[in-house]
This record gives sequence, structure tokens and C-alpha cells, in this order.
Amino acid sequence: MMPDLAPYTAEVLGAYAAALGLLGALVGGVLLRARRVRRQLDEMEHRRGK
Amino acid sequence: MASSMWEYANPTRFMQVSGRLLPWVAGAALVVTAAGLIWGFFFTPDDFRQGATVKIVFVHVPAAMMAINAWVMMLVASLIWIVRRHHVSALAAKAAAPVGVTMTAIALISGGIWGQPMWGTWWAWDPRLTAFLILFLFYLGYMALWAALDDPDTAADLTGVLCLVGSVFALMSRYAVNFWSQGLHQGASLSVQPGERMDIVFRMPLYVSMTGFGLIFVALVLIGVRTEIRARRMRALVMRERMA
Repeated sequence: MMPDLAPYTAEVLGAYAAALGLLGALVGGVLLRARRVRRQLDEMEHRRGK
Repeated sequence: MASSMWEYANPTRFMQVSGRLLPWVAGAALVVTAAGLIWGFFFTPDDFRQGATVKIVFVHVPAAMMAINAWVMMLVASLIWIVRRHHVSALAAKAAAPVGVTMTAIALISGGIWGQPMWGTWWAWDPRLTAFLILFLFYLGYMALWAALDDPDTAADLTGVLCLVGSVFALMSRYAVNFWSQGLHQGASLSVQPGERMDIVFRMPLYVSMTGFGLIFVALVLIGVRTEIRARRMRALVMRERMA
């Protein structure tokens, strides 16, 4: 299944690892901030509603 | 038509519409990007000159395209803010910046990794590469300026002006190879000239991957704008509590 990347195995895998790693970090960061802000706003609105 | 478009500049309306759209856009982004990358990585042959390094094109070109397109989108959103003072457009520009800077970093890193075996160097002060590096620095400056200013309207004004200035480098990173007949970077990967056209076995997965990266951008900007609208609402509540 794995294609033969020789003699550029390290370069191709490195490029994909860097790209997917950065994309993963970006998506993770955006989702974490979204969740945190949403939770804080919900808490604040809940407090005001009491 | 024109008046209905501006309805989405209303934060409440934007939250309603984007909330319905987001699962579909995010799902499509995941499926299309995975399809493009799997197709490009596993099911394309080696190039007769580049060997297996041709597979790097499926992450490099979509990332480079989105690095420039994100800045163009930020420019349009900033101009809408400057001219019409729609808050959602300013927040859209702000939300696009982290996505744009990541795409620029991916393009620079994957380009360097490809360049080492193909050009014999990780980096060259070539017009397109240099313009991309400056674009990357503009992205960092843009985000730093948003973070440095407390007043969101002032931040939107100043970052809008910075975005206008940085657009020169966004355009240069796209067209620098056409302006100057020098440098290592080749011309457009998807040239319309018949003799320079990329073979269809590479072009089709590249189109799919580019569509996937575009959808990732849209999904992340929608999430980012929704977060910024909530953060703005939170600031307004804090201010109201302080004044009460």
C-alpha cells in the first residue's frame, strides 16, 4: 500500500508530517479557543440570568 | 440582492446562518482534503524529473494558494469594515489571519523541503520566496496588532490599513515570477498554456486537494468569526456589569 518514495522518502514524509502537524495544531487551537469562549459566555449569561 | 447580502453582517443573523452551514462545510473539508491528499500521496506516479518529491505539490500548492487567498479575503473584509463599518467583516478578517499564517508556514516549509533535493538549497532569495517570507511576517504583524490594542474598533481600523499595505506582498508572492525573469521558483503550477500544463494524473488530485484546503479555510473562518462574536458579547456584558 505504501508507495516507494526512494530516494526521497525523508523529504516527502517530512513535508506531509509538517503540513499535517501544522494543520492539526491550527484546527486544535481554533476549536479549543471556540470551546473556551463559548463556555465562559454561557457561564456569564447563566450568572446574569440568576 | 445587495441588501440581502448585508443582512449577514448582522451578528445574530450570521450566527444563525453559520451555525446551520458549519457542520456541512467542516464535514466537506475533512472528506475532500483527505480524498485529495490520499489520492495524491498513494495513487500518483513519480514524475520523470522530480521523482517522488512531486507528491509534495499536493500540500505545497494548496497551502500557497490559500496563503494568498486568505490575505485577499482579509483585504476585502477590511475594506468593507473601513467603508461600511460592519463588525462581522472586521471579525472575519481577524479570524482569517491565523489560518493564513499557518498556510504560509506550510507553503514555506514544504517548499524548502522540496527545494533541497531539487534546487540543492532549502532557501534562496528568489522574488517569490522572499515575497512569501515577507507575507508571513505581515501575517504575524497583523495578529500582533490585533492583540496589542484593547479597543476593537481601533484595532480593526489599524489592522485594515496594515492589510492594505501587506497586499502588495500578497500580490507579489503570486505574480513575482512573472514580473522578474529571475529566481529559482518556476511559474504557475496550474498554467493554462498547453505546453506547460501539469499532467492530468497530477492535476486532478491537486484540484481536489486545493478544494479541500479552501473548505478548511472557510470552516475555520466561520468557527473563528463565531468565537469572536461571542468574545465581543462577553466584553459587552463585562462593561455593562462594571457600569451597573
